[in-house]
Amino acid sequence: MEAIHLWWIGDGDPGPRTLEHVRNHLARALGLPVRVFEDPARPADAWDARRKQWSTSRILAWLAHAGPPGKVLAVTDQDLFIPILTFVFGEAQLDGRAAVVSTARLGEPGLPDPRVALERLAKEAVHEVGHCFGLVHCDSPGCVMGRSSTARDVDRKRGEFCSRCRDHVSRRGGGA
Amino acid sequence: MTGRDTRVLVVDDEEIVRESLGGWLREDGFEVDSAPDGKSAVERMKAERWNVMLVDLKMPGMDGLQVLEEARKLQPDAAIIMMTAYATVDTAVTAMKLGAFDYLVKPFDPEELSILMQKVVTQQSLVRENAVLRKALKKEHRFRDLVSKSPAMQRVFELAQVAARSNSTILVLGESGSGKEVLARTIHEESPRSQGPFVAMSCAALTETLLESELFGHERGAFTGATGRRKGKFEAASGGTLFLDEIGDISPKLQLDLLRVLEERKVQRVGGNEPVDVDVRIVAATNKDLRKAVADGTFREDLYYRLNVIPVTLPPLRERKEDVPLLVEHFLDRLEAEMKKRVKVSPEAMSALLAHDWPGNVRELRNVLERGAVVAQGDVMKPSDLGLAPAPARAPGTNAPGEPPSLEEVEKRHVAEVLAHTGGNVTQAARLLGIDRVTLYNKIRKFQLRRDGEEPDPAGG
Repeated sequence: MEAIHLWWIGDGDPGPRTLEHVRNHLARALGLPVRVFEDPARPADAWDARRKQWSTSRILAWLAHAGPPGKVLAVTDQDLFIPILTFVFGEAQLDGRAAVVSTARLGEPGLPDPRVALERLAKEAVHEVGHCFGLVHCDSPGCVMGRSSTARDVDRKRGEFCSRCRDHVSRRGGGA
Repeated sequence: MTGRDTRVLVVDDEEIVRESLGGWLREDGFEVDSAPDGKSAVERMKAERWNVMLVDLKMPGMDGLQVLEEARKLQPDAAIIMMTAYATVDTAVTAMKLGAFDYLVKPFDPEELSILMQKVVTQQSLVRENAVLRKALKKEHRFRDLVSKSPAMQRVFELAQVAARSNSTILVLGESGSGKEVLARTIHEESPRSQGPFVAMSCAALTETLLESELFGHERGAFTGATGRRKGKFEAASGGTLFLDEIGDISPKLQLDLLRVLEERKVQRVGGNEPVDVDVRIVAATNKDLRKAVADGTFREDLYYRLNVIPVTLPPLRERKEDVPLLVEHFLDRLEAEMKKRVKVSPEAMSALLAHDWPGNVRELRNVLERGAVVAQGDVMKPSDLGLAPAPARAPGTNAPGEPPSLEEVEKRHVAEVLAHTGGNVTQAARLLGIDRVTLYNKIRKFQLRRDGEEPDPAGG
């Protein structure tokens, strides 16, 4: 059973609870061991000075060679983009091994409870890793693989796969 | 929302945009491909069907608006979304006018793109549903070339289908232009004789001698000008169907000759002695009241009964107005095939078509649409393009109020009315007016009328 690696590549300190919460959530949803990978390397080339954001495609390319073996989810506090969109919460290689997710847009200012943002991060982490298992977006109500364009969309999802997506992950080696 | 079954073509000269947008859409289950410029996009449109196209406005060579114009022609059902980094109201308005589904400014807000793609998937599923329903409806409302959903015509279809299988003579009754020949042809095509010939003959167009020779043929020297032996329509239709139109107009002598053929199934060529066996199925038609003609003594009763084995009456179009939109669709499909141009009918023009009384029936409707398709500026027919003749009571006179019209004016108006009544059929109009066709053509020219009786629009529209 190949473990999934979780790697903090952000600027600030994530705090002890953040990665632990995401790790537990991922392990439960995917039924696979999840290990925190620690390394000071950062994808400096992924910074786009014109857009003042980080390019997800460059991060994913970097993760593929700089990351540990197997599937790897990078977590950051930096704002992410793909060229066609103003921002993204995260991105993954469809049926590939690298994924990235950001906290930058998940906790809007004035959010009364910081646990809401943490919950959103856990859901988006599962979502992006789901893409690495070949899942596309799902329209089953509440499935974590539903498309989220806003934080409100993330709140509407559960943190789990629907039965169809779960079966798909199981067939691809997940133990969910 | 997922985009399963939705094919998307991304057209952009920047590879990074093609990849990034393609990836985003694939995650939603869309089937995505891309083209790096306008020219290759047009090639892809010619080769394959696309549901959605996301097209960059500013590209070297063929720009996005030109791609949009080509897409409207090649794949009119596809939804085209224009993308640009330079948002100007002008280009947005132009794109929308040219039929773009929507317009996005790069980079897109994820929510905006997501909502737009949801809209497009819904719209495309409606397009698909609409096409399936239209196809099903067309099939349901068709009997080969006949199109109708009216209960009266549905009964005609049923009767004709049953009658086609027999060998009995069929008498088709109906006003001029109501589709008697189309029905006869349909019966032939549905019959076991469909591999044989279908021969149509109008009995009103010719003199008695000529008609006799046309129907039964003649031997050499049978009359002045008969330089050789010639087979008649009965022989020509052997093994198939002979359609005798305007049967109510034949002379008493020909009525007798025809009766003999129907009884004996043999014809005798004019000037000949040997009877020739004929194997034809007769479909006769008339717009006259044959029963009344029998009562008046102008039509043989025995012939009437021979012809009236299976009578089928085609209702006039004014009694089945519900068929007008269906027939419009049918004729526009045909015109599209002929003219390589799809013309639509504006709601106002459709109201005018529904309000018209159609004295010339389906033939008149076909002529009106043909004219409209030719005259229409662009691809939408307006009421003024149809050139529908005003109701006779409202026909404007050129005389001053209170002053009686001149004889010439009355004649002109009458000729126009009769032509409108026959739906532009000059032969019938000449017969109704009691003049020959050449005289009628001269009058049409003299009064500058068109064949459908309408006076030309002085504005030239």
